[in-house]
Amino acid sequence: MVSAEFSTVASGLLRWIPLIPLCATVLNLFWGRAWGNRTAGGLACAAVGASFAIALYLFWQLPANGVLRDPVYTWIESGLFKVNVAFQVDALTAAMLLIVTGIGFLIHIYSLGYMAHDEGFVRFFIYLNLFIFFMLLLVMADNLLLLFVGWEGVGLCSYLLIGFWYRDINNTIAGNKAFIVNRIGDFGFILGIFLLVTGLGRQGVWTLDFLELQKHTELLSPAMIGAITLLLFIGATGKSAQIPLFVWLPDAMAGPTPVSALIHAATMVTAGVYMTARLHFLFVLAPATLSLIAWIGAATAFFAATIALTQNDIKKVLAYSTISQLGYMFLAVGMAAFSAAIFHVFTHAFFKACLFLGSGSVIHALDGEQDMRKMGGLNSRMPTTYWTYLIATLAIAGAPFSAGFFSKDLILWEAFSRGAMILWGIGLITAGLTAFYMFRQLFMVFHGEFRGDDHAKAHLHESPAVMTFPLVILAIGSIFAGWVGAPEYLWGSRWEHWLQPMFGAVAAQESSVSTEVLVTVLTLAVVAVGFYWAYAKYGRAPAKGAPSAAEQGFLYRLSLNKYYIDEIYDYLIVRPFTGCSRFFAEFVDPRVIDGAVNGVAAIARGLSWVWCGLQTGNVQHYATGLLVGTLALLAYFLGQS
Amino acid sequence: MVPLNYYLILSAIVFSIGVVGVLIRRNLIVVLMSIELMLNAVNLTFIAFARHLGSMAGQVAVFFVMAVAAAEAVIGLAIIISVFRQTRTLDPQNMQLLKW
Amino acid sequence: MNAATVIFLILATLLVISSLMVVFLRRVVHCAMALVTALLLIAILFISLQAPMVGVLQVMVYAGAIMVLFLFVIMFLNPGVLEQPSVAWWGLAAVLSVLLGAFLVPLFSQYEPGDNPVTSTELFGSPDVLAKSLFGEFVLPFEIASVLLLVAIIGAVVLAKREHGSDGAA
Repeated sequence: MVSAEFSTVASGLLRWIPLIPLCATVLNLFWGRAWGNRTAGGLACAAVGASFAIALYLFWQLPANGVLRDPVYTWIESGLFKVNVAFQVDALTAAMLLIVTGIGFLIHIYSLGYMAHDEGFVRFFIYLNLFIFFMLLLVMADNLLLLFVGWEGVGLCSYLLIGFWYRDINNTIAGNKAFIVNRIGDFGFILGIFLLVTGLGRQGVWTLDFLELQKHTELLSPAMIGAITLLLFIGATGKSAQIPLFVWLPDAMAGPTPVSALIHAATMVTAGVYMTARLHFLFVLAPATLSLIAWIGAATAFFAATIALTQNDIKKVLAYSTISQLGYMFLAVGMAAFSAAIFHVFTHAFFKACLFLGSGSVIHALDGEQDMRKMGGLNSRMPTTYWTYLIATLAIAGAPFSAGFFSKDLILWEAFSRGAMILWGIGLITAGLTAFYMFRQLFMVFHGEFRGDDHAKAHLHESPAVMTFPLVILAIGSIFAGWVGAPEYLWGSRWEHWLQPMFGAVAAQESSVSTEVLVTVLTLAVVAVGFYWAYAKYGRAPAKGAPSAAEQGFLYRLSLNKYYIDEIYDYLIVRPFTGCSRFFAEFVDPRVIDGAVNGVAAIARGLSWVWCGLQTGNVQHYATGLLVGTLALLAYFLGQS
Repeated sequence: MVPLNYYLILSAIVFSIGVVGVLIRRNLIVVLMSIELMLNAVNLTFIAFARHLGSMAGQVAVFFVMAVAAAEAVIGLAIIISVFRQTRTLDPQNMQLLKW
Repeated sequence: MNAATVIFLILATLLVISSLMVVFLRRVVHCAMALVTALLLIAILFISLQAPMVGVLQVMVYAGAIMVLFLFVIMFLNPGVLEQPSVAWWGLAAVLSVLLGAFLVPLFSQYEPGDNPVTSTELFGSPDVLAKSLFGEFVLPFEIASVLLLVAIIGAVVLAKREHGSDGAA
């Protein structure tokens, strides 16, 4: 049962959370160059820091079972349909706010160091602040349309930031790919919104406000709800990189590493999960869609994990890992365990951001090298990076008492306890794969002998404090962030307790503590197997690099080439589409449309030639014309009388 | 007392004959003369109505029509003279410069 | 059928014949003379219609001044070549004009005079009354007509001037 009774409190403070980063964006846009890197960067970081401070304050202020609201102004008012630019903060939003502003703040600080020598420094922070603004708009929106504005806005910033180094055409192509694939998902999203508005509108309710929607779900037929949720989920697959629209995320690694950390790990890609959680009252009424979501989530998790096994680019491994973890989140959503899904968003933000920033640190130290086959033995040279990376890896693998342990286990437990055995099995195996590929990466990058050239070896250095400080914070978070969501048999979940008023009590599962412990132990066992396998192949000295081309088996190559999914899409979808496009551009547009328009002109011209013939220049002919006209008039008037 | 109709019908006939002249003749002077003929037909109508309705306005109208017709004939003839100087012909069919 | 009607019919017939002569005679001078005849006949008709002043004016101005002017121009230009009429064109124009007549005549013959025409005083149409109207009710058009005549004179002089005698003439 979802409780729909909230106490709402008005607070004018809410609008400042997105507004401060927006102001910083505008200021940097006009004067950032003139002020110089230090000031511009400092302003950007301070803006996000201020938003974080306000978010923290609101977090303490938030009444239990309460909602803070801030209506800013009326945006659309058409008849009964009204959409406001208004913000609302409840428990779910508060959690997301802390993630976005907190992790955002740390990444901003990190970027001060990472982008210090880049000539587009100011532009980077403009885009980054703009992204924060849109993301905050997304999580704080009180209606679906404003959420969608934020949704689109983060897509835009993602495009801008992926193609940040636009001089290389490949980066631009990657940015285009992200935007276009997102757009396909957004098409489904928009259709979902349309269906929702009209479906309710036919019953006389014209609104997109979340609180209002929640009250009127009974007005929609189950088929309608199923269609709406399905379309909205299609949008989520685009934004959150699930099957079939995940193909943009690996390419998005072309952007600077802080971008990958912030956007493609911690915040933007979780927008899909947030959206389903926000609309949970609709999704719980559509069991078919939930089932689909669970299956897609599990399949994506497994599928992406298998690709990550063989990748040699340090960021690509993390990209596929992100897709895989997002799959876990959607698996939880599919089980209607929304708070578990958001919990995984929360913990994932910490350790994934830490991993990405750590990889950035490595790349920075190696002057741009991203191929893991040319790394190795960095643990002694870059101790801070190594230890934070190790902690984060333990977290993502699900080592006991790390953040990932609690959140991932919760999801697996939800699946198991609801009897979705196949899904649970897939999740379990994927956990093992996760452990394998993450430790493979750890061993390849940090252990053994350095496999790069001497020039790189000489250049090797630990990153400056401005970069390692966020790493440390995030590593600490990777351990302790999960402790708020421990299972009952340990010290109970404050997280669950906190989000319960929103999502309702978890359906009481027929289970005993021992079953739960057993499942956890089973998970740990699988993780240990993964770890050992990685250790055996990559950790034991002498450390092997990746297999050479001759040694690669069929499955290996399939995984390395990401199952040729991009090629398949290109063949099945992109080519027919561009062919169709070309047909319209080269045939329909010039011949048919222009032909029609020109044809009209030609007809006019032809007719005018005909009438030209009347202009003989002979006055007597003209006088005859006059006479004919007079006769016509006379005939008319005579006929009337 | 001659009925009004008779004058009107006479006027109509003369007017029509004038129209024929304007449209058919290939001598500009004759065209101008036909126009005068038409004007006179109308004058006849005016006077007939003036007598019939007992109003001097009809006769005053004829007065002015005559003045204007005089002016028009003068200008028309001046134009004909100018045109003749250029084209050495009085045939309107030879003056088709405004043909498309 | 009283005397007035008979006279009217005679005059009407002569008028129609002279009009036809204006339109259909080959030589221009003949046309001009026919027109003079027509104008005189119309003047007679005016006088019979109790418009003596206007009738006399018709003779003086129209038949006198204007037609003399026409004749002057005819002599001045002396067009030698006789025109060739175009048969098709004649046919069309004739048909149209006949149509015009066919419209107007029934139109006018339908007109019912109604009661008797207003009996008018003896002075109706006399110079006195005409002058009173002109300088009374219609003084403004009168003045404008005089301006018009002035303009016409100037215009005619300008238009008919010889080219090489003038410099900068439009």
